[in-house]
Amino acid sequence: MTTTAKPLGLKKLALGEDRFSYGHRMCAGCGAPIVVKQVLMATDYPIIATNATGCLEVSSCIQQFTAWKIPWMHSAFENSAATASGIEAMYRSLVKQGKLEDRNVKFIAFGGDGGTYDIGFQSLSGAMERGHDMMYICYDNGAYMNTGIQRSSATPFGANTTTCPAGDVIPGKPQQRKDLTRIMAAHGIPYVAQASPSYHTDLMKKVQKAFEIKGPKFMNIIAPCNRGWRSRTNDAITLAKLAVETCYWPLYEIENGVTKVTVKPKEKKPLVDFLKPQGRFKHMFAPENEDMLKQAQEYVDAQWDRLLKESAAGESEKAE
Amino acid sequence: MGKIVAVTGNEACAEALRQINPDVCAAYPITPATDLMQRFSSFVNDGKVDTELVLVESEHSAMSACIGAAAAGGRVGTATSSQGLALMWEMLYIAAGTRLPIIMPLVNRALSAPLNIHGDHSDGMGARDTGWIQFYSENAQEAYDNTIQAFRIGEHLDIRLPVMVCMDGFIVSHSIERVEYIEDADVKNFVGKFEAVNPLLDLDNPKSYGPLILTDLYHEYKRAQHEVMTKVPKVVLDVAAEFEKMTGRSYGLFETYRLDDAEMAVVVMSSAAGTTKDIIDQYRDRGVKIGLLKPRMFRPFPYQEIAEALQHVKAIAVLDRADSFGGYGPLFSEITGAVMSMNSKPAMINKIFGLGGRDYLPEQAEHVIDELIEIAKTGKVETVKEYIGVRE
Repeated sequence: MTTTAKPLGLKKLALGEDRFSYGHRMCAGCGAPIVVKQVLMATDYPIIATNATGCLEVSSCIQQFTAWKIPWMHSAFENSAATASGIEAMYRSLVKQGKLEDRNVKFIAFGGDGGTYDIGFQSLSGAMERGHDMMYICYDNGAYMNTGIQRSSATPFGANTTTCPAGDVIPGKPQQRKDLTRIMAAHGIPYVAQASPSYHTDLMKKVQKAFEIKGPKFMNIIAPCNRGWRSRTNDAITLAKLAVETCYWPLYEIENGVTKVTVKPKEKKPLVDFLKPQGRFKHMFAPENEDMLKQAQEYVDAQWDRLLKESAAGESEKAE
Repeated sequence: MGKIVAVTGNEACAEALRQINPDVCAAYPITPATDLMQRFSSFVNDGKVDTELVLVESEHSAMSACIGAAAAGGRVGTATSSQGLALMWEMLYIAAGTRLPIIMPLVNRALSAPLNIHGDHSDGMGARDTGWIQFYSENAQEAYDNTIQAFRIGEHLDIRLPVMVCMDGFIVSHSIERVEYIEDADVKNFVGKFEAVNPLLDLDNPKSYGPLILTDLYHEYKRAQHEVMTKVPKVVLDVAAEFEKMTGRSYGLFETYRLDDAEMAVVVMSSAAGTTKDIIDQYRDRGVKIGLLKPRMFRPFPYQEIAEALQHVKAIAVLDRADSFGGYGPLFSEITGAVMSMNSKPAMINKIFGLGGRDYLPEQAEHVIDELIEIAKTGKVETVKEYIGVRE
């Protein structure tokens, strides 16, 4: 299907309609609503969204107030994907039976990293395997922020959280993060991407591309949380940018199994540039924890090198 | 009159679902309900229904997908048993709290541990407080009839609640019985067109489902849920009256058997009621004034109507195919609740029977009735709660 993608010029976008409105109660400086806005702004297709329990959900629909100007549903924590799959199935059924007009509706399931990497992982995996025509978007802030900054499997190595505190014996999270984006790619679904709100054109282009592909799609989007990251309120976009520049959060996509780095930093910055402004990594800068910084850097380097190789392989495949 | 067939309970319920033709079903296999959705899958793949069948990766997702589909705005069904229902537990409350009419045959089966695949009511009783309407069926015919009526009841505009239609695992789900099917066109006409209320798929009037509601209004939402339950009995009876007109088969909130002039009563649900009726006939032949009450609708529970039906008896034995460990059996608790409003209270005993598919034998019914005769004579109850049919 060929459609003319919505132009992404800032002036035009600013004049467009907000489908996620002001008045929500997310914290000042939170990355998640920026992610949602950018996703919804990227397209004019009708959208129906589901939301896992979490910050975004509890802050956007309270009693008679809702920030959602699109049909939206929250039912529980671990089932955003399954709930969306039910809505999508009903849409297909009613259209097929001629009970509903086909308006090319797009379905998005939103979830935080807890609701996606951990408790909602099975439901996500199932929905993707079943091939529903839907997109899952994880806004990854790297911990259970809504319940008070507990570690998740998305929490980076070494981070200080309320359940893996930087203690005298165990200094923060001992494990590396789960590489969910690659796991989703291993499902063999047509489109998987990683994005950052600091590169909004890249993010929105990915959303646009995904919506032109039939079948299940997955996007993992970094969403800084100043409460959990112990960073300044006005640093969300800066940190999301540093995450990309240090290759902690590479921007790439895997389309039909072919990997492509979409934004390659001109100069790969040292990981400490990303870690330093965040209080959750403060203990790692103590002289006795020097090795933690080394380990964190080594992990990022290895991941980045592997990604570059895969991306190069993808490029040469295309050239052939 | 429809076709008379020899089918299992699962087969009859699958046939009901074929005739109803829901827009979406989401299901996950579990013994003994597997066979039901398996048969329905053939209807889907053979093009006999328009249903989109979502074959999910767990019962939690089955109910989640049903919730999404129902909120989207269409007719929805599923089926499960035992551990499957237990895994759905969180979502059962959300289906009811969101007022979504989802119809679910529940093939009753024991809960682990120890693992057991056979019939008892532990699963359904565990879902007692979820806000679902619950029906219990004695045989395949009732399971079939209740499934068809459930769509009308759950989708009724005054109700909009999910409904569980229970039948005993294996005893009913896998036994071949005589069932009278209704004509396809009559079923279609009886269930009627699905009427969506605030559907998510109404793109021009976007709705938000599933808000956060804290101390200032949650209490009121729950009272509203309680109030809608009070409207259910009337709708159940209205639908039953229409159903009787169509089929000649009569349904109430409960069934009574030789109870009108009885001095003693056995209260028991589902398949065990059939066995008990046979034994009651034998005792009646000997001049013993014993009758039976079989609740059909367990939620909402018709306390007052049952109290009226039982008010003339001196002694009642309530047979529970589930236990509330450390308490009385769940059905017994409800019957004592009903009896509360009576002026002269009957003596009552509670027997726990048939757990994990243990056979309920005629001798067990005889022992219970013999004990009731003794209690009616002396007015004395020695042990209120007791397991029967136990291997010592």
